[in-house]
Amino acid sequence: MIGYLVRRLMISVPTLLIIITVAFFMMRVAPGGPFDQERALPPEIERNMLAAYNLDAPLVVQYWDYLKGVVQGDFGPSFKYQDFSVAELLLSGFPASLRVGGIAIALAVVIGITLGTIAALRQNSGIDYAVMATAMTGITIPNFVMAPLLTLVLGVYLGWLPVAGWGGGAPQFLILPVIALALPQIAYIARLTRGSMIENLNANFVRTARAKGLRERIVVVRHALKGALLPVVSYLGPATAQIMTGSVVIETIFGIPGIGRYFVQAALNRDYTLVMGTVIVYAVLIILLNLVVDLLYGLLDPKVKQR
Amino acid sequence: MSRTLPAAGSLARCRALGVAVLLGVALTSGVGASSAAAQNVLRVANSGEPDSLDPHQVSGNWEDRIVGDMFMGLTTEAADGTVIPGAAESWTISDDGLTYTFTLRDHTWSDGTPVTADDFVFGFRRILDPATAAEYAYLLYPIKNAEAINNGSQTDPEALGARAVDPKTLEITLEQPTSYFIELLTHYTSFPIPKHKVEELGDDWVKPGNIVGNGAYTVVEWVPNSQVRMAKNENFWDAENVAIDEVVYYPTEERNTGTKQFRAGEVDVQYDFASEQIDFLKENLPEATHISPGLAAYYYVFNTKEPPFDDVRVREALAMAVERDAITDKILRTGEIPAYNLVPPNTGTYGEPPQVEWADVPYQERVEQAKALLAEAGFGPDNPLKFTLRYNTSENHKKIAIAIAAMWKQLGVQAELFNTEVKVHYNDLQSHDFQVARAGWVADYNDPENFLTLLRTSTGPMNYGQYSNEEYDRLMAESDATTDEEARNELMRQAEALMLTELPLIPIYHYVDKNLVSPRVQGWVDNTKNKHWTRWLSLAE
Repeated sequence: MIGYLVRRLMISVPTLLIIITVAFFMMRVAPGGPFDQERALPPEIERNMLAAYNLDAPLVVQYWDYLKGVVQGDFGPSFKYQDFSVAELLLSGFPASLRVGGIAIALAVVIGITLGTIAALRQNSGIDYAVMATAMTGITIPNFVMAPLLTLVLGVYLGWLPVAGWGGGAPQFLILPVIALALPQIAYIARLTRGSMIENLNANFVRTARAKGLRERIVVVRHALKGALLPVVSYLGPATAQIMTGSVVIETIFGIPGIGRYFVQAALNRDYTLVMGTVIVYAVLIILLNLVVDLLYGLLDPKVKQR
Repeated sequence: MSRTLPAAGSLARCRALGVAVLLGVALTSGVGASSAAAQNVLRVANSGEPDSLDPHQVSGNWEDRIVGDMFMGLTTEAADGTVIPGAAESWTISDDGLTYTFTLRDHTWSDGTPVTADDFVFGFRRILDPATAAEYAYLLYPIKNAEAINNGSQTDPEALGARAVDPKTLEITLEQPTSYFIELLTHYTSFPIPKHKVEELGDDWVKPGNIVGNGAYTVVEWVPNSQVRMAKNENFWDAENVAIDEVVYYPTEERNTGTKQFRAGEVDVQYDFASEQIDFLKENLPEATHISPGLAAYYYVFNTKEPPFDDVRVREALAMAVERDAITDKILRTGEIPAYNLVPPNTGTYGEPPQVEWADVPYQERVEQAKALLAEAGFGPDNPLKFTLRYNTSENHKKIAIAIAAMWKQLGVQAELFNTEVKVHYNDLQSHDFQVARAGWVADYNDPENFLTLLRTSTGPMNYGQYSNEEYDRLMAESDATTDEEARNELMRQAEALMLTELPLIPIYHYVDKNLVSPRVQGWVDNTKNKHWTRWLSLAE
């Protein structure tokens, strides 16, 4: 198992390198640069700015300099937010995205699996239809509709929760964004769980377990559910990475100082270093989470053997 | 075999317990800053996140608000936007209009160090230093040798026409008489910079906790994308007249969220609310809804070097066929002003601006005249005029472009719409890679020259359409050199009138400032510059 882990981590280094390289060069293809705006810069000023940020060097040289910096932990300055380096921006923003995203995913996993299991156990009953219908609305209603709606009712009309803001991460500021983020995930997970639970509940090994006289609770939780969770776990890997790096929409609507907005804003601003920083964060997360998913597979599915 | 259901209760209970534990852990681990508004704190939804706190690195009006509460230039704005003495308590101007001598008032930076004329000289030199690469340095080009220093042709910073005669006296020499110079000095490009702090800390001087200013407030905390919190500067020279203790700027880019925060009482002011909200706001929050004319123009510019837009008949026809009232009253509906000239009303002391000669002709008649003009220029049903209309991506620009394209269709014109994001858009405009394009211009200083300079031949990339008229340039140059204000305005009016007969651009509307201001905020006065420094405001109970 340790060998497996080490091998996986070693493969991830070249993977990351390829991702960084492709992103670096692809990003430069978009027309325009970080200092273009409504007012034309006098050419001398523009030249100075480009030189100050090393943007006038040949692209390959810039790439090499960037790699050298990354290896030492220097992600470069932000071209747009000039008082901060990319590392500072990411370090200050990531905890916020992580907190909101982490709670949302945790909530989604627990509630989603529960609902899915209940629906599967009471298949084709009223409860099943109710859960699945709710799941369907959760999936189809976009979060930029759901979020303002929740804000309007709970924030403006009832005044129970703040409309937006972060307040240093205090609980009342977390509730609405977490709900808005978690709802569609609950829906997906519930549906996934239900589907694969139904499949598993009819499987031979479950019939065997029941025939052995085991209590139904043990049959469901220890035997059927473990196998049923496999597709959920596969889904959760990339989904967690995506949620944890912040949703642009949720962060914009609720004014959360996370890194989600950087994914879009940095690209629009042609803030090359910040774009690269976000790409690296996301890539690292996905690689790590995929590794976790594969390890969980080993735990959950006795047919998988780690070699 | 009948299946017995597991005790669903116990299953659900397990899960419920798990959820509760998770939530409990997660929520209580939050370091909670109390959100209760302390007494006398002004909360502002600011419509954007500042790029920097350094006056030499900012360029947006949302940054201006923060930096402008922290620093004060030689002159500043009163609550109603008029120019009043700031760091300078008085000044004299030489007879030839070239030398300004300022007497600074006795005041200090927020750390107690006295503000001297050296700090202003230091600031000017720093922003004009090519190494600083300040985007807005060009605003100071009226100062002697400023442009030469900024573009590197003059390497001696001492050559700049700004010197400290003594700690309390600053002398500025200009390239030529510039009648808007006192107004220009309110802008953040002219703010003093704490020389002692920059020498001590280098680039770190701007970090909250290090940064000092000579304005009414100092930055206490900056959480990126969350808030900028500023506290009253007790060392401000006029601190006893400053009522508000703390001001918090939220970078609420999503305007609808800002409005909801306002409605929920979480912010006291929202700058620039979304136009779509206007009906709701007028009906439900009429005293809070402030709409006032601004200093910005919205227009379509022609690439006058590219046929057929080198033909004035084509340009005039297209300009006449735009029904401006439909755009301001039906699409925008927030009180924007239809424009028949470039310079917005109430700019400086411009007075009554000239207008296109067909401004009062009824629309249908204008359409007929436009058709005739196009026919004269060789376009008609068998030779329709086709071109691409560009605009930068935005809902309102799109709606306006669609409407205007439909208006042009009456003339048999086929305009194809093409939108790009703002950087690409302006990049292409500056390299003159377009046929007809939308553009907007927000004044940097309250003077008609700031708009009319867009059309000088010497302006370069910012003269997107490459308009060039010798007489226009001559009139503008003469107005630059004229010290008498009324004579100068007259020359500029003549220049604009001339330009309007050639229509290198189609003026469409003049902007309005749209703000939400809570009735508990006192001292707010709507003004064309949309400057509302916190030092003039107070909160009623």
